[in-house]
Amino acid sequence: MSSVHSEVERPPVEEARFSFSNHLYDWVSTVDHKRLGLMYIVSGLLFFVIAGIMATVIRLQLAFPNGKVVDPDTFNRLFTMHGTTMVFLVGMPFVAGLSNYLVPLMIGARDMAFPRLNAFGFWIFLFGGCLLYFSYIGGGGLSGAGSAPDVGWFAYAPLTSRAFSRGASTDYWILGILVAGIGSIASALNVIVTTVSMRCPGMTLSRMPMFVWVMLIDSWLIIIALPPLSAAQIMLLVDRFLGGNFFNTQSGGSAVLWQHFFWIFGHPEVYILIFPAFAILSEVIPIFSRKPIFGKPAMVGAVAAIGFISLGVWAHHMFAVGMTSWSNTFFTASTMLVGIPTGIKIFNWTATMYGGKLRMDTPMLFCCAFLFQFLIAGLTGIMLATGPFDWQLHDSYFVVGHFHFTLVAGLVFGLFAGMYYWFPKVSGRMYNEKLAKWHFWLFTIGVEITFVPMHFLGFLGMPRRIYTYAPGRGWEFWNLVATSGLLFQLPATLIFVWNVVHSAIKGKPAGDDPWDAWTLEWATTSPPPEYNFETIPEVHSGRPLWDLKNPNDPDWRFE
Amino acid sequence: MALEITNILSFGCAVLKTALLALPAIAAELPEHRITNIFEPLATPAESEKNIALLVIAITGTVFVGVAGLIAYTIWRFRQPSHEPHSEEPPQVYGSNQIEVAWTVVPILIAFVLIGVSARVIAAVENASPPQAALKVTVIGHQWWWEVLYPDYGIVTANEIHMPATADHKNATYLQLQSADVIHSFWLPQLSGKTDLIPNRTNYMWIDPHSPGIYLGNCAEYCGTQHANMLLTVVGEDPKDFKQWTIEQQKRAVDDPQGSEGKAVFESLACVNCHNISGSGQASAGAKFGPDLTHLMSRKTLGTGVIKNTPDNLRAWVNDPQIAKPGCLMPSMRLTPGELTKVVNYLETLR
Amino acid sequence: MDAVLTQRVPPPIGEWKLPDRGAMGIIFLIVTETALFTIFVVAYVVYMGKSLTGPYPKDVLDLPILASVCLLSSSVTIVFAETALKKHRLGMFKLWWLATIVLGLEFLVSTGLEWKKLIYEDHLTVSTNLFGTTFYSLVGLHASHVILGMCFLLLVMIVSLLGFPIETQERRVKFLSWYWHFVDAVWVVVFTVVYVIGR
Repeated sequence: MSSVHSEVERPPVEEARFSFSNHLYDWVSTVDHKRLGLMYIVSGLLFFVIAGIMATVIRLQLAFPNGKVVDPDTFNRLFTMHGTTMVFLVGMPFVAGLSNYLVPLMIGARDMAFPRLNAFGFWIFLFGGCLLYFSYIGGGGLSGAGSAPDVGWFAYAPLTSRAFSRGASTDYWILGILVAGIGSIASALNVIVTTVSMRCPGMTLSRMPMFVWVMLIDSWLIIIALPPLSAAQIMLLVDRFLGGNFFNTQSGGSAVLWQHFFWIFGHPEVYILIFPAFAILSEVIPIFSRKPIFGKPAMVGAVAAIGFISLGVWAHHMFAVGMTSWSNTFFTASTMLVGIPTGIKIFNWTATMYGGKLRMDTPMLFCCAFLFQFLIAGLTGIMLATGPFDWQLHDSYFVVGHFHFTLVAGLVFGLFAGMYYWFPKVSGRMYNEKLAKWHFWLFTIGVEITFVPMHFLGFLGMPRRIYTYAPGRGWEFWNLVATSGLLFQLPATLIFVWNVVHSAIKGKPAGDDPWDAWTLEWATTSPPPEYNFETIPEVHSGRPLWDLKNPNDPDWRFE
Repeated sequence: MALEITNILSFGCAVLKTALLALPAIAAELPEHRITNIFEPLATPAESEKNIALLVIAITGTVFVGVAGLIAYTIWRFRQPSHEPHSEEPPQVYGSNQIEVAWTVVPILIAFVLIGVSARVIAAVENASPPQAALKVTVIGHQWWWEVLYPDYGIVTANEIHMPATADHKNATYLQLQSADVIHSFWLPQLSGKTDLIPNRTNYMWIDPHSPGIYLGNCAEYCGTQHANMLLTVVGEDPKDFKQWTIEQQKRAVDDPQGSEGKAVFESLACVNCHNISGSGQASAGAKFGPDLTHLMSRKTLGTGVIKNTPDNLRAWVNDPQIAKPGCLMPSMRLTPGELTKVVNYLETLR
Repeated sequence: MDAVLTQRVPPPIGEWKLPDRGAMGIIFLIVTETALFTIFVVAYVVYMGKSLTGPYPKDVLDLPILASVCLLSSSVTIVFAETALKKHRLGMFKLWWLATIVLGLEFLVSTGLEWKKLIYEDHLTVSTNLFGTTFYSLVGLHASHVILGMCFLLLVMIVSLLGFPIETQERRVKFLSWYWHFVDAVWVVVFTVVYVIGR
């Protein structure tokens, strides 16, 4: 590689008249992957806060039996919107945002393969999200029935048929997500082509950072798994608007067919959501252990295996539907198998740490917590994978506990690790480490308090999606405990928001490479200039900056 | 001859009257299992599910202790108190094929054990076919109540399912599950795992409560506004009590003169369009939109488990069901207090 | 290996050539569209023979021989057009390109006429029964992709007729032809499933 960075005198340029409208126009019309990436992430965070407020109301309603905080219809809309928002308007933009910002930088490129497609993807995602939320105002429709959708985030037929979902609320769910899904596919396509066609000289596929590998496989999953959802939604639109019979049980249609199509999308979707956390951990843990990732080929293979197997496990969401014993056994088997590469990853991350020198800064703290919590989540997943056990656990609070563990105690923890890790690169300033540690501990405690009891509620027979429950079923205590976790999570989130905003304005300048890291994004300024790199780098190993900093022990001797 | 028949009939009536009075007393003695813990199974399917559950928990628990211990040890042993940017880097280890193979093979073996055990239990529960003499019950899910039919007995009832308690699963009750509208799910945690009720599809399951008692459950598939209040009650009884119950249920509605005024109100209003009461005349014959009310007083709860079946609750329910179960599909009929009293009195006679 | 361990300078990189961006873009677009079509085909297959009322496929469906021949031939003519473009024979290019458009148009017109007959004579609509729903959805989805392809074909036609140097856009014309071949391949599947197996 030619040079890390040197002070460059930019030629004098006539200062454009700085005005708010110019600034706004810049951002609205941008095709720069970094700005779009940031816009994705900020949008994701905004939706995260909105859906979090919904969760707060849900927990308040369920804290006591015979709750009267909200009426049944409002509650049903809340859990539908909470789930739909978190999956499609928080999880997916983070996938897109992280890959958009980081992939070109990590592979030494100047931008994504299709910058305008990139912008299109972002704006259509945002439009879809707004369309979904417009339902609160517009869902009244001509018949005046319904506001926001209340059919659950997976919208089973025939509850979603015109007969049982009157008004336009379900249509907003379908259209909002359909449109946002197009954005996801566009973004994923962009990531794949960028990774294949725009790597800097010397960066063979095997030298790509783990982060890029994971997001590449994530993108493949997206372009294969999202179309089934779009297809099913188009079919539902045909049913609702054109009188079609796809899911009309009265004319011979099958309600179970919706479930098959939805979960053919839905199961890979949860891996699509968690992969960014895997990607982040695979970058953060090595840097904070001062060792390369243990077994990189196995790690890449494990992610590919998870991606591939995840396409064949979908009916484990349907064990109670009455499939044949052969089908139930098959899906039990395939689901167990998908847990194996996941376990391998946990072992490899631990082995990366073993023998290293662990710096317990906040990004690393979130990674360590992820390891324990994702281990638990994976093991409760094994419990759910076991068909007969699932016959009890399915549609109970155990499942709610499991997927919140994977997504909150897993994904969100990984995302926080990543946000703290790359905050100095994106903003040019360091965040406040002390505040960050407060955020970490409060949030961890809160998450444990809220989501561990849900597993017990499942054991005690509490079904999910109920707006209230009678006293005397043994559910009061754990529901109250679960709600009390909010007392930790809410202040934690506020501390995080304050830290981010305040440090972005007043934090200590971070420099190019505050963490002493090894991937290419740390080889340019913080924040990177619009053109990313002065000159396109040349790499000879998977850790180009390690080679530069350790000329006596470069990686390319061992690869 | 006529005298003997009359004697037999009056004796029979006396016996029946006694049994009728005794029934609530017997029912009151049945233990009610309100804490529905899946680890306290009271029927065979739930037992085999609990056994496999414990196996899985044991295996995953061991894995957790081992792996979490490893992670915790690693963090504790290799953490640095504060980061010194220029301290020497540790040995750069890239990986080890042997270790990778080892920690791939062991999980695969564990997975195969679990798959094998699951396959056996799945087959045992799913492929059991009903013996000829088995009790068959058809349950049809509606938005937010359960229609319950005993085809062999010609019984039509709602929300509360009676069956004989049986110590061995050869005398299990076989359920046929269907739906009249959207997807519901039949779940009584202490009796069995759940099975869905799906329109245009019939699913089958079997349960065998081992001892007399009242078992609780919920609809377990979100089915709309009042999904939360679609509770299930299974009453497991001594075989002779069950026989008694079937006899009572097969009868036409009790024709108590106390209720005749209310009956007139009931039949003149839209009540008959949704609710069937056998023997109450042509108007309500076969009405299925709402639960069959012929033996309403034999049930312990109203509104599919929402409130106890007491006179005050019944009055409040008929006056405005939307208070106890907002959004349910029964409207308030806006009866005058006088009409309300008459109708409630009538319903109270439907034992 | 020893030699590498003691080297002070990494081995040279040599020629660095990566696959063309546009080509990759079209290929992965085709992958994602394949996933979309697969679900509609699966729905069609699952519901084959399950309609509770008629009309049924064997009663109303005729083999669309002419339409299929035209569409598949258009894949051939587009190859001829591309070859002509590569050899800079712009007259031949425009001719073969026009042929492609005409053949594609014939396919669309045939489909339109078939649907007119099905709707007005056989009274089969998207809401009639399972067959109607799945048939119009699958064939309609395919037809919409044909229409999209036609729009781009027409764009190329117009642009080249207006004198734009189309030979500079050989790459993009190639990608468009790949898309067109994909649309044809999907028709082979739809034809087999709907008109051969399904009847």
